[in-house]
Amino acid sequence: MSYLKEKGRIFNIQRFSIHDGPGIRTIVFFKGCYMRCAWCCNPESQEYEIQTMIEGGKEKTVGRDVSVEEILPEILADEPYYRRSGGGLTLSGGEILGQPRFAAALLRAAQENGLHTAVESSAFAPFEKIQEILPYLDLYLMDIKHMDSKKHKEYTGAPNELILENAKKIAERGVELIIRTPVVPTVNDTAEDIRAISRFAASIGAKEYHLLPYHRLGSDKYIGLGRRYSLPEILPPPAERMQYLLAVAEESGIKCQIGG
Amino acid sequence: MENIKFVLEKSARIDQLIAALYEKMPEIESARGVLVTESYQQTEALPIIRRRSAAFAHILRHIPIVIRDQELIVGSATVAPRGCQVFPEYSYEWLEAEFDTVATRAADPFYISEQTKSELRAAYPYWKGKTNSDLAKANMSPEAYAAFTVHGIFTPGNYFYNGIGHVCVQYDKVLAKGYRGIIAEATAALEKLEVSDGDYIQRSNFLYAVIESCEAVIEYARRYAKLAMEKANQETDPVRREELRTIAKNCARVPEFPATSFYEACQSFWFVQLLLQVESSGHSISPGRFDQYMYPYYKKDIDGGKITIEQAQELIDCIWVKLNDVNKVRDAGSADGFAGYGMFQNLIVGGQNIHGMDATNDLSYMCLEAAMHVPLPQPSISVRVWNGTPQSFMLKAAALTRLGTGLPAYYNDEIIIPAIMARGLTLEDARDYCIIGCVEPQKAGKTDGWHDAAFFNMCRPMELVFSNGWDKGVKIGPDTGDVTAFTTFEQFFEAYKTQQSYMIKLLVNANNAIDAAHTARCPLPFQSCMVDDCIARGKSLQEGGAVYNFTGPQGFGIANNTDGLLAIKQLVFEEKKVTMSEFKEALEHNFGYGIQGKKAEELTAQIATEIARQGIELNEQIVMQIYRQVTTGGGIAPEKQARYREIKRLIDETCPKYGNDIYEVDMFAREVANTYTKEVEKYKNYRGGIFQAGLYPVSANVPLGAQTGATPDGRLAYTPIADGIGPASGRDVKGPTATANSVAKLEQGVASNGTLLNQKFHPSALQGTAGLTKFVALIRSYFDQKGMHMQFNVVTRETLIDAQQHPEKYKTLVVRVAGYSALFTTLSKSLQDDIIARTQQGW
Repeated sequence: MSYLKEKGRIFNIQRFSIHDGPGIRTIVFFKGCYMRCAWCCNPESQEYEIQTMIEGGKEKTVGRDVSVEEILPEILADEPYYRRSGGGLTLSGGEILGQPRFAAALLRAAQENGLHTAVESSAFAPFEKIQEILPYLDLYLMDIKHMDSKKHKEYTGAPNELILENAKKIAERGVELIIRTPVVPTVNDTAEDIRAISRFAASIGAKEYHLLPYHRLGSDKYIGLGRRYSLPEILPPPAERMQYLLAVAEESGIKCQIGG
Repeated sequence: MENIKFVLEKSARIDQLIAALYEKMPEIESARGVLVTESYQQTEALPIIRRRSAAFAHILRHIPIVIRDQELIVGSATVAPRGCQVFPEYSYEWLEAEFDTVATRAADPFYISEQTKSELRAAYPYWKGKTNSDLAKANMSPEAYAAFTVHGIFTPGNYFYNGIGHVCVQYDKVLAKGYRGIIAEATAALEKLEVSDGDYIQRSNFLYAVIESCEAVIEYARRYAKLAMEKANQETDPVRREELRTIAKNCARVPEFPATSFYEACQSFWFVQLLLQVESSGHSISPGRFDQYMYPYYKKDIDGGKITIEQAQELIDCIWVKLNDVNKVRDAGSADGFAGYGMFQNLIVGGQNIHGMDATNDLSYMCLEAAMHVPLPQPSISVRVWNGTPQSFMLKAAALTRLGTGLPAYYNDEIIIPAIMARGLTLEDARDYCIIGCVEPQKAGKTDGWHDAAFFNMCRPMELVFSNGWDKGVKIGPDTGDVTAFTTFEQFFEAYKTQQSYMIKLLVNANNAIDAAHTARCPLPFQSCMVDDCIARGKSLQEGGAVYNFTGPQGFGIANNTDGLLAIKQLVFEEKKVTMSEFKEALEHNFGYGIQGKKAEELTAQIATEIARQGIELNEQIVMQIYRQVTTGGGIAPEKQARYREIKRLIDETCPKYGNDIYEVDMFAREVANTYTKEVEKYKNYRGGIFQAGLYPVSANVPLGAQTGATPDGRLAYTPIADGIGPASGRDVKGPTATANSVAKLEQGVASNGTLLNQKFHPSALQGTAGLTKFVALIRSYFDQKGMHMQFNVVTRETLIDAQQHPEKYKTLVVRVAGYSALFTTLSKSLQDDIIARTQQGW
C-alpha cells in the first residue's frame, strides 16, 4: 500500500467536470508543464514552483504537495455520480508526465476503487514515463496542436516528433486514445491543419478526434500572475467555422466532435 | 445530433392564444365580489355550509362568461384575459387600500377600472367584522398575532387573508361519473341518514350543499354550451363554426356526465380546475397526476382512431394556455414574495402506479412537450423519478430544463413514498402521491394538506438569543440569559432551541386559529365533494372531512444558522478570537458596513423624523449626512468599525460553510434542520390531523430576509436568507456535486411537507445527448443519496445580458463553462461577451 503515500504537486481538484472524458468526472490538475502554449487557459499550471497569484483582488497560493491518500477521499466523494454517469477520475495539468510515479499511484488507487481513469496529456516525454501509467489507465486524452513540427515549436515551445511517436505507441498498446486539438484562429484553424491531424489520428487507430474551440476564459489569470497574455487580439472561432472544420475532420473517417 | 421522444409540431393556434392572453395587463373584475355579497345578504338565516353553496350557485348563474378567439377548451373566470375575481369573504381591506396603487406597483400589477372600484366599495361595508381573517384574528393568541404581524418571526399570511387551496381533487371521479354521478352519491348518502341522528343536521346540510354546488356547475357548463352555439350561428368561417359546435356539444355533456372522448375529458378537467378557483381564492389548486387520469381517454381515442397524436397534443397545449388564464391579486407585500402572478397549479408526470410499477405513458411525454410549446409559468410541471423511470423520459425532461424556464422540478419516489407512509398513508396511497403547489407531496383526493401553512424564519430565533428574547423594545421570547455570559457553545445552541421551540408554539397557535376560522366561515362544499371521505362523513374538508389531515409550515434559514452557529463555536468558544460581546456588537452594527438600498432610505427617514420631533430643523444637508452615516456604517468609532469588519472577514474566510461536502458541517446542518422539523411534528392541528414540517421558503427568503438583521454567518442585514435547503448564496465553492452531497445529508424524510434544492447551470452543461445524459446522471445520483427534490435554473442569454447591464442585481451569479466557473459580473466586458455567445453555441 506504499503507493498511497506517494506525493505530488497539484494546484486544483475540480469536481463535476463534464468535458474531460466520459461521464461526470473529477479532475486533479498537476503543477508543472514542459510546454508553453500561447493560448494556455491554465497559465498557473506551467511552473512547477508554488506561486502566488492575484485572484479577485486577493492573493492566492497556487500549488500544494499532497499524498494520494490525502486527496483520495475528495475524489471518491463523487462516486455516486461516476457510477450513474460512467465517469471517474481525470488527471490533467500542467503535464502529468512530469510526475509519473504520483500519476500512476493516483490512477491505481482510483481503479482499485472501481473508477474509470483518464489523463489529459501532451505525451511530450520519454515513453518510459508513459509506460509507468499505462497499466492503470482506461483512456488517454492527447492534444496534438499541429502536424508541422516547426509551427508546433513556435506556439508551444516544443517540437512534435516525440509526441507523434508516443501517440502511435500508446495506440499500439491497446489503450483507448482520443486525439484533441484546441482550435486557435491563425494558429491551426485552416482546413489543411485540421485535415492533417485528423488523418494522423485515424491512421494510428485513435478512437475519436475532438476539436476544442479556443476560448479566452483564462486570460485574466495571466494578469494575476504578473504576465502578459500574448494572444489578446484573437477571438474564439465562430460556430460556423467549427462546423466547417468538423466536416473536414470527418472526411478522415474517424469519429469526430466539437468540444470534449 | 440528439433524439428526444415525442417531438411534435406546435399548432399555429397555440401562439395566437398566448399572444391574445398577454395583450394587456391583467385586470381585477368585480362580478364575483358583488355576487357573493348579494347572496350572503340573502342567506343570513342559513347555516354556513348552505350559505357557501348558495353563494357559489348565485355566482355561477350570473358571472359573465366568455369564449375567447380560437379556443378549443373554454371557461374563463373573467372577461379580461388573465383577469382575477375578488373574494371579500376572506378579507378585503388591503385591496381597498391599494385601489389606487395596484395598477402601478412593481410586482404583479393589476388594472382596475373606476367602475369596478365603486362596485366593490359598495359591497365592502357588508363584510366589516364578518370576514375569515376577522375571525382568525379573534381566534389567535395575542402573542402569536404579534409574532406574526409586528415581529415577523413567521408569516401564516397566505391563509390568514386568503383561501387555502393547496389541494388535488378527484378529477378521475368527475371524468368517470360526472357531477350527475356525484349528486347521486350525495343523494344516496342523504338517504342513509336518519333525521333523528345526532349529527343529522351537520351531515345533511353538507350533502345538500354538495348537491346545490354540483347542480350549479352543471348549469354553468350549459351556459357555455348555449354561448358556443350562439357564436357558431354567427360564425362565418366554416372551420371555426364546426369547432364552436363541438365545444357546444362538449359543454352540454361534461362535466355533468362521464367523458366519452379525450376532448370531452379535457373540457371536463378544465371546468373542475377553473371552478375550484372560483369557489375559493386559495392558490396551488394542483391538477396532480394528469398523465394518469387522462390516459384511459387518450388511449381509447388513439386506439379507436378517433384522434391523432397531434390533435391530442393541441388539446393539451390548449389546457396549458388556459392554466395561465386564471389569476389572483395579492396584497403588495405578498406580491413581492410571490412575484410573477404565481398560481402554483402543480401538474406531475411519471413515477410509479399504486402497484409500484412504472406509470410513465405517452401523455407523460406529451405534457413535457406542452411545456415546451407553451413557455408560460403555469402549470408548475413536476416529474416523478424512481429507479424504473425510463431514461428516454428523463432525457425529455432534461431537454425541457435546458430551455431555462426553471421547469420541470424533479421528485424522488424512493424517499417521498416512505416519508409520507411514516405520516400514516397506506403504501398504495403513498405510491400515488402528487405534488401540491411548490414541492408538497400528498395523496390526491384524500388529503387536506394545508401545505403552505406558514413560513418560519429560523434566523429570527437566533437573533432572539442575542437579545435574550427582546425585539423592537418588547419581550417576545423566553428568558435564555445574557448571551455574553455564556461559557460554552452548547449553552448557546440550547438557547437557540429554546427560543425557536417557543416561537413554534406560537406558530401552531396561529395556524390553528386560522384553521378554525376557515371551518366556521369558509367551508367549501364543491371542493369537498371531490375529496374522500367528505361525502361519506358528511363533513367538508374544512371540518376535517378528508382521510388525511395535515398542517405544513415551512422553515428556512438552515444554511445561515448552520454557518453562523459554527462560526460562533469556532471564533468565540474554540479559538477565542472574538468575544461574545464583540460578536453581538458586530451584528448590531451590521459588521460595520452600514445599510444599503431601500432599507437605508427607510432608516434615514425614521431617524430624520425622530430628529425633527426633537425640534431640530431639518435641511437637505442634514438628511444627506444621516443617509451617508446609515449607508457607510459611519457614526461609530473607526477602530470599532474596523474590528466589526475584521470579525466578518474571520467568519467569511476562516469558518467552514455548509454546502461544500464537509461531513461534520453537513451533519451539523442536519441537526439544525431537525431542531425545526422534529419540533413541528409534535403538534396536532384543528382538523384532527398532525403538523408536518417543510423546508423551503418559496421566495419568502427575500422579503423576510429584508426584515432580518445581520446574522452570525456573516450575512449582512436585510439581504436575502439562503434559498431552500441549499447553501447560503455564494458559500458553496465546490460545484453542484459537492452541494448535492451536502444537502443529501439532511434528514429530508422528516420534512415530509417538502424540501427544495435549486441549482444553477449554464446551458453548455446540457448540450447534446451527452450533456443531457450527464445531467440526468446528476439528478439520479442526488436521488440515490435520498435527495427529495431538485430544480434547476439554466442561465439564459437574456439573464446574462441583463447582468452585464445591471451588475448590482447579479453579484452572486456564477457561470460555469466547460468546467471553468466564475462570478459573471467580475469578468471583463469582452469575456462576458464570449460567455454570452456560448449560451447560444452551447459548447
